[in-house]
Amino acid sequence: MGGLPAGRVEPSEHDYAEWEQRVDALMVLLSGVKGGTPRMTVDELRKNIEALGPEAYDKLGYYERWVTSITQTMIQRGIITTDELGRKMEEIRARREDACRK
Amino acid sequence: MPEVAAPGAGQYPTRFPSLPVRFAAGDRVRVREAAPLGHIRTPFYIRGHVGVIERYCGAYPNPEELAQMRDGLPAQPLYRVRFLQSAVWPDYAGRPEDTIDIEIFQHWLERE
Amino acid sequence: MSERGDTGKYQPLTYFQLMEVSLRELLVEKGVVSEQAVSDAVEEMRRRGPDTGARVVARAWADPEFRRLLLENGTRACEAMGIEVPATRLVVVENTLQVHNMIVCTLCSCYPRMLLGIPPDWYKSRNYRSRAVREPRAVLAEFGLRIADDVTIRVHDSTADMRYMVLPMRPAASEGWDEARLASIVTRDCMIGVAVPKP
Repeated sequence: MGGLPAGRVEPSEHDYAEWEQRVDALMVLLSGVKGGTPRMTVDELRKNIEALGPEAYDKLGYYERWVTSITQTMIQRGIITTDELGRKMEEIRARREDACRK
Repeated sequence: MPEVAAPGAGQYPTRFPSLPVRFAAGDRVRVREAAPLGHIRTPFYIRGHVGVIERYCGAYPNPEELAQMRDGLPAQPLYRVRFLQSAVWPDYAGRPEDTIDIEIFQHWLERE
Repeated sequence: MSERGDTGKYQPLTYFQLMEVSLRELLVEKGVVSEQAVSDAVEEMRRRGPDTGARVVARAWADPEFRRLLLENGTRACEAMGIEVPATRLVVVENTLQVHNMIVCTLCSCYPRMLLGIPPDWYKSRNYRSRAVREPRAVLAEFGLRIADDVTIRVHDSTADMRYMVLPMRPAASEGWDEARLASIVTRDCMIGVAVPKP
């Protein structure tokens, strides 16, 4: 990306949402920085973000790219499966729908 | 079997079995032009350019291999290479002495 | 971990929030991580902020021997101050009357998090990462920092295993200040290299 034409640097900052902080924390834990078995490397994180393609920079936020990459890496590593992920996401979605209705 | 370099050289000592260190501070080097698939830590904008080794940083597992779930060993010597901005960018608007320092792995460098 | 909005009611999750919850629950179920470890890591990262880096700069300004050690081996110097910087091989680059340093990571967003906390959005933005290497003076001007024509700019692109921090110049007006007061004028942006300390 270095050297490509781009616009003004907007000095923006934002407070990170809890879910974003948890994504960051998951990466710290999974890379083994805090001791514990490393389950993935930052290199896989970066590779899988790159694999999202350039449109991902426009369509997805920073931690949206991270959570997608980490999840993809966990599938590649065989720690979770696509099927498990699909079922779990449905379960959580339904659980959240119920909670929203109350 | 790849050769193993003595550990402990460079600014941060190397813990891994590593390839021999080929360059020293002050050496002129050229960054290779390749553009393969996969995860690469040599920026596009610097490929093909000539710079000077500013320091040896130690040897680290190859990130191209780590990205593919392999261990990246033997470790690759890593250098900070200094380039003149005016040589890198045709339209550079600054001082001729302005520089850009980039960490580049040995396998991307050739002696100039 | 509740996600109630201001009204106290649950909001629907976005696709990615759903992914985060699902991933975490699956990893906890499989014993890969624990909820406690995630909370602890969140807390720890929240506590890391630029005040840590500022203390290191203040020490370097006050103590020439520490400054020498910091420039030689940034990680060891931080550890000598009792600051843990796990997984950080720190290279500190010094601003002088002749040289101004600026840090960027064009490939992603590498940053000395252990000293400065989580990087700001602009550091991670496409615009900063594209232009900082090619037109540093213009980018600095957008930050309100004009570098004199006789000062050389060195841009550092953190492409691999090192992490960089700028040691700004100590302002002459800070003569006689104690370390706490020195640290108070060292902002995060000074240590990235897009600002200078203002006494």
